[in-house]
Formats: sequence, structure tokens, C-alpha cells
Amino acid sequence: MDRRISLQEFRANRRSILKTMGAAAIGISFAGALAGCGEKEAAKGSGTGEEPKLNFYNWDTYIGETTLGDFKDTSGIDVNMSLFATNDELFAKLRAGNQGYDVIVPSNDFVERMVKADMLMPLDHAQIPNMKNVDPSFIDVAYDPGRKFSMPYTWLVLGIGYRKSKVKAKPDSWKVIFDSPEYKGRIALLSEAGDMFRLYGKYLGKSVNSLTADDIQKIQAMMIRQKPNVKAFHEDNGQDLLMSGEVDLVLEYNGDIAQVMSEDDDLDFVVPKEGSQLNSDNLCIPKGAKHPKNAHAFINYLLDAEVGKKITETILYPTPNAAAKALMPDSYKNNPVIFPPADRLSKCEYAAYNEKLQPLYEEAFTRVRAA
Amino acid sequence: MQDWKGHKTAFAAIAAAPMAWLIGFFIIPLAMVWLYSFGRNIGLTEIDISGTFANYARALEPLYLEIFGKSVAVAALTTLICLIIGFPIALAITFAPEKWRPWMLLAIMLPFWTNLLIRTYALITVLRTNGYVNMSLGWFWEQASGLKVLVGLAPLPTWEPLPLLYNNFAVVLGLVYVHLPFMVLPLYAALDRLDKSLIEASLDLGAGHFRTITQIVAPLAGAGIISGVIITFVPALGAYLTPDLMGGPDSQMIANVIERQFKRANDWPFGAALSFLLMYATFMLIALQALRTRKAEARR
Repeated sequence: MDRRISLQEFRANRRSILKTMGAAAIGISFAGALAGCGEKEAAKGSGTGEEPKLNFYNWDTYIGETTLGDFKDTSGIDVNMSLFATNDELFAKLRAGNQGYDVIVPSNDFVERMVKADMLMPLDHAQIPNMKNVDPSFIDVAYDPGRKFSMPYTWLVLGIGYRKSKVKAKPDSWKVIFDSPEYKGRIALLSEAGDMFRLYGKYLGKSVNSLTADDIQKIQAMMIRQKPNVKAFHEDNGQDLLMSGEVDLVLEYNGDIAQVMSEDDDLDFVVPKEGSQLNSDNLCIPKGAKHPKNAHAFINYLLDAEVGKKITETILYPTPNAAAKALMPDSYKNNPVIFPPADRLSKCEYAAYNEKLQPLYEEAFTRVRAA
Repeated sequence: MQDWKGHKTAFAAIAAAPMAWLIGFFIIPLAMVWLYSFGRNIGLTEIDISGTFANYARALEPLYLEIFGKSVAVAALTTLICLIIGFPIALAITFAPEKWRPWMLLAIMLPFWTNLLIRTYALITVLRTNGYVNMSLGWFWEQASGLKVLVGLAPLPTWEPLPLLYNNFAVVLGLVYVHLPFMVLPLYAALDRLDKSLIEASLDLGAGHFRTITQIVAPLAGAGIISGVIITFVPALGAYLTPDLMGGPDSQMIANVIERQFKRANDWPFGAALSFLLMYATFMLIALQALRTRKAEARR
């Protein structure tokens, strides 16, 4: 192992280290919010008739390097970005009322949850002409039909990241990591109870949104049986475990594995044949936003083809922005990890937020871990 | 010293600010969480405080009691190891030459000033399969194997890295590493105040070093040991970062379960009930200890 790899461990990408750094991230975002309140700049015209300011609440390392500066140059609006590390953190912050955020980036299930809790402002599509750049398949999604409240920013799919030299065959089925002792002690799974149960459901041939209490019982028993073969339930830092050789198979998002694959040729990623679960992060305006027009202008700007291209070049996640994707090099467009084959993707689903099942998933997962 | 009862205004003036702080930022928020524990979720963001005990009933199910039990066991083991390691360290600092002492204390404090998460990740790089410990051991193993070949013996089997991470051992190790300063500092404070002539007397009168420590030093440092044990045990019992990052599939502690209730499960009432059970248990331990000390003093 060389130094490069050990430094890799510390590279904070949006779904790894910062996620566990809840406290630190809160500190950052709190300081950011304060800075935003403290500034008393003379109001210049922003073209939207509002004071030229915008408070953007985003994931870490989830924006282009110059995007915010470029936006200021074109619109005159000063973007103050603060960071959150998990959807739960975002939700908990806004649950007691909006403290001044104008644009937020919740994942699909949280868009659904926040719409149900009446926390999002409906979007005015007339102010977002760049919506035409979005791939049509991302417009009419189950979690926000017609995109009334959200615009897609990135999407992800869960699958198996693996070390090619350490597996006998391509791990093409969830069976390899969910229901088999073949790679005992070399598997790391996610510690998200909901994702785990839904993917086991996929393995059993069910829809991620059709699980019943009986299924949860059955899956719980399967998980307990598989537990001795599992090395760790990771906090979404599976790519680091895979890269450092701690495990050889890991349940992770394609974007995270794509990032480490650029540094280690021996890694690969597959969406198992049973299908998997899709996730998507979305741009939304929370209720109570002080600069809704600026927020619309900013969302529109982020959906621009050139801007989207620059963001994608930095974060390397799959983009739902068809116009931006068209501008990307072939190495990105044709990357089977970032854009898995269509026949596999057609078997993948978005998980709907289910407030009845979520506590059941959590309790069953607590049982699995205690067993 | 003057009795505060004679100067109530002055006392009130001084105490007002900290009392306001304590009430505003500790008692009121805690009271709200306490009220949540008697409530239930209605909708996604509303909690109806209905006075139900259902959350406590659920928290007392065997599943959660076992996790409580396991957390207590892990925290107790951590505290014991901290005491065994920390006591000689504190002794060494006490009896070190005057000019070394600040440096030795600094060496204990220094890691303490680093962010817990950074320290945990540092420990992970040391302990993992391709980490420094396993690499060094692997190197020695190979050298030993080479040496055996050199003298005409069969080589050792291939080195298998030790599983130092992602198990309960790693959790205890991580907790000991993090909590050691909590143990050493109060022990040092107690030992430093110790009348050293008593130790000399004990040695002069024929007791060995070990006997002097067990029969003179340890009882006199008793208060320091107890406070060290309490301030190590209590945070270790509530640890969640270490088991999350270093633990294996079955290394969950009660704080991890509580965290999940507040975050992913969005079940604040149940999380609040679990937190308060943990707090009651802690208070009971401290109260028991206080009672014992008082009895011991009364006997004396």
C-alpha cells in the first residue's frame, strides 16, 4: 500500500467522510448561515427584483469549482452555500421551520417526505426554461409527478462494487452478497435499514415498494443468516473499504465506485440482474425562502447545458441533464458504471417514502445487528 | 469562609447568569425531550404529547434491554482497561522529575485536543488489513520465515493479516484509546495531592512496592479512581461514533440505536424514551456510588 492510497482515505467526498462528520458539518453550515445573515451588502439589481442574495444548502463536493462565481458574474446574485451531510440532517434542520435557505438538494424519498409535510414551495416552470434540458425520463417520476416541486440534479443506482482479481466470476446477482457464504468476511453492506430491506426484496423478486410486514420478517431471518459472512455495515464509505483492500465486495452507489475506479483499475461495478434501487438528488425551494425568484434563477442556471457540464466534470455523478451529458466526453457518456446498461436500469425503481414501514425496517435491522 | 446564606443578594447576583444558562440551554431543552418521550408521532413533523408510556414499554423489550446490557458491558470493560493502563501512567507522571511532568501531561492531553473523528480515522488506517500494524507484523513474519529457511527449517505458512478492525475488539480498543485521558487526568490529580511521606513510611516499615500501592496509594487515591471511573464510563456508555466506524456487523451500542431513531426512523418519541432510560441508568450508577462513599465515610 502506498501513500496515495492512505491519503485517499481522507479525501472527503460527499457521501463518505463528511457523512459521519455530522457535528463538523453542522458547524460549517451554522457558520455559513451566520455569515449570510451578517453581510449587509448594498443591494445591486439582480434582475429578479430581489436583493442579490441566495442561500444554497448543498451536499459537500457537489457543485462545480467555479459554478457559484460564474453565477454571480452573470446574474449579480451572491450565493452563500452551506453544507449538510445527510438527508436526515437537512430534514431535521427544516422540520422546525426554514431558517433562511432558498435552494436545497434533498434525495427523492425526502422530496416526497417534504412534500407530504408541506415543506416545499411549488416551482414555477415558466421561470425555469432550462427544464427542457432534462432527460424526459426524469420529468414524470413517481416521487414528484410532473416535477411540481423539484428539479433533478443527479441520480445514482445501488449495485455491487468489487475487486476483479479477488472474485471468481462477475457478481451478477444479489445472491453473492446477500445469501451466500462464498466470499465470507470480504463483504461490506450498507447500514441504511430501508435500502437493505428493499434490495433484499429485489433479490426475492419483489418491487422495492411492495414489501409487507411478513416480507420484513423473512428478510430479517435471511440477513441474520448472512451476517456471519459480512465484515461490516458501512456508513456509505464502501468505496474506501474496497479501495483499501479491507473487503472485496461492497454494496455502494455507482457514482462512488466510479470515483475510485479512476484510481484503481482492478475495481468494477455491476447492477445485479434482479435490478436495484435508484436514487436521485433534486433541487427544491423550501417554504419560507426569502429569495424565491433568485432561487428559480439559480435552479434554471444549474440546469443550463454548459453549467451542467462543468458541474458533472467535477462531481462525476450521472447527470439527468441530457444537454449537459451530450457535451461530456465519451469516456463519461459511455462509462458503463456511470450509465449502466438500459436493460438493467429498466429493472430499477425509486423507493417511495413509507412512514409506516420505515420504523419497522429500523427495528428489524436493529434485531439483525443485535442477533 | 462566609456563609452564603448571610449574603443572599450577592449570591443571587453571581449565580443568576449561570443559572439562567443552565435553565435556558440545559433544563428546558432536556425537559422538552423528556416530554417527547411520552408522545407519539402524528404526521411527519408533529409530535403529540399524549402521556403514553408506550415508548418506554417498547424500550424495555428484551431486544433493547440486551443492547443496553451489551453497551454497559463494553463501557465497563473499556473503563477497566483504562484504569489498568491509566493508573501506572498517572503514577509515573506523579513520580517523574518536576521538569518532565508538564511534557508528560501534554503528551496525554495532545490527542485529546484533536477531533474525535480524525483520531478514529487515524486509528482505522493503523488497524486495517493493509494498515501499519498488519504490515509491520507481516514484515517480521516474513523475516522470521526467511531465517528459518536460512537455518534449514521449513518456512512459516503465509502471513494472514489479523482482523483488528470491524469487530468488538476494535470497538473496545477505540474506546480505550479515546477515553484514556479521562482516566489519567483525575488519577493524576489525586495522586499528585498524595502525601509522599506516607509512601516512604510504608516502604521503611517493610512493605514492598506492590503492597504499598495496593494498601496505601490506591485507598488514598480512591476519590480520584472513582471520579476517573465515572467520567470514563459515562461517555463510553453513550459512544456511537466508535462503534459506527470501527465496529463489525454486531457492534451496535445503545447510542447507535438512539441516533437512528432521531434520524432515519424519524421516531423522536421512542428515541427520547431510550435516551432517558440511558440517563436514568447513569444517574442511578452515580447515586449508588455516592451512597457507598457516604456509607464508607460514616463508618470511618
